[in-house]
Amino acid sequence: MPTANSKLSQVFETREQEITDRWMEQQQASGRKLTAAEREQANRLSREFVRALKSALQRNNSGDISGADWAGVREFLVDLSSRRAKDGYTPRETASFVFSLKQPLFSALKNELGSDGKTLADEVWLATVLIDELGLLTTESYQKSREEVITRQQKELLELSTPVVRLWENILALPLIGTLDSARTQVVMQNLLEAIVQTRSDYAIIDITGVPVVDTLVAQHLLKTVAAARLMGADCLISGIRPQIAQTIIHLGVDLSDVTTKDTLADAFELALRRSGHKVVRQDAIPANAATR
Amino acid sequence: MERIPILKMGEYLLVTIQVDMHDRLALTLQDDLTGQIAKHRARGVLIDISALEIVDSFIGRMLASIASMAHLLDAETVVVGMQPAVAITLVELGLPMRGIRTALDVEKGMLALRSAILEAGQDGDARGIR
Repeated sequence: MPTANSKLSQVFETREQEITDRWMEQQQASGRKLTAAEREQANRLSREFVRALKSALQRNNSGDISGADWAGVREFLVDLSSRRAKDGYTPRETASFVFSLKQPLFSALKNELGSDGKTLADEVWLATVLIDELGLLTTESYQKSREEVITRQQKELLELSTPVVRLWENILALPLIGTLDSARTQVVMQNLLEAIVQTRSDYAIIDITGVPVVDTLVAQHLLKTVAAARLMGADCLISGIRPQIAQTIIHLGVDLSDVTTKDTLADAFELALRRSGHKVVRQDAIPANAATR
Repeated sequence: MERIPILKMGEYLLVTIQVDMHDRLALTLQDDLTGQIAKHRARGVLIDISALEIVDSFIGRMLASIASMAHLLDAETVVVGMQPAVAITLVELGLPMRGIRTALDVEKGMLALRSAILEAGQDGDARGIR
């Protein structure tokens, strides 16, 4: 809407160069030390932003930045903050890009409207609202892109952390490391069952030495995995239950009595070998004739 | 009407489920299979469900009850080739099917069947002596 206080856009019109120059100085003074190339880039960004701001103000200077007139400015800021989030800028550095514009803008307004105190106050208020809105937008999108990074890393971790290894013909092992939650256990369960089908393994050992905490949900998931493997015709052993975890499981009232549990992966492996008809013997510990028996 | 074929191999019956099971088909299979066990005096039943992709609680219970019925008729049952998704579904449905014997493929299923029949036979002998 065209309002009477179009002074702000007028100031941008007449004093664009001044504002931009002062702003760039401001940024360099407050921000971290920049290389020449970085400074050049920051200056280019500043000029672009002031230009975008100017044209947006000409179209709509109500202080509301949610409209279509401000789409260009918003896009610019979202892009800038997500790039800075990825490049490892702090939130303060990112937000101060916008907030450092305040001072040059105010002084430009003062120079323009020096004598008219009332108009000056109104314009300064309008400018403050505007810059605050833009600053909030910057912080918000910075946060969002940081969260995206975290989500992506979580997903990568999920894929990395559930390897199914083949110990022997027909024997698989699944060493679990880190905290188990529902999503991860689901992936673990699926990976294991698929590996059982692929390798036609009769035995699968789930080793939970690296799992720091077991709660009812995790125990339930383990039981489900064991039951599902059994339905498919494979036998599941669980190894590496630490004393604390054994205590927790019993206190929680989880019934693991149907599942074969062993102290260490080695013990479970030995049991699996024995059950599948293999025998591990030390070569020199037996008399020569016993080997043929 | 659609039917699931039951093949006789010596003292074993071989059932391969190649289509998605619906309830009526499962009931027909139950009828046919119990009839065939009695007719051929079969000692073992091998059900291959490797092509079965979808399963509900009814089919799950059906498999379990087929196994129990076969047991009453003095035949052992082994279910082979269950897909991971099917296994997960059955577990999530709360149907762990404890009484049922399973194996990864037909070959291993045959071995399991043989040892199961041997075991059952020994049990019977032991009872006979006592």
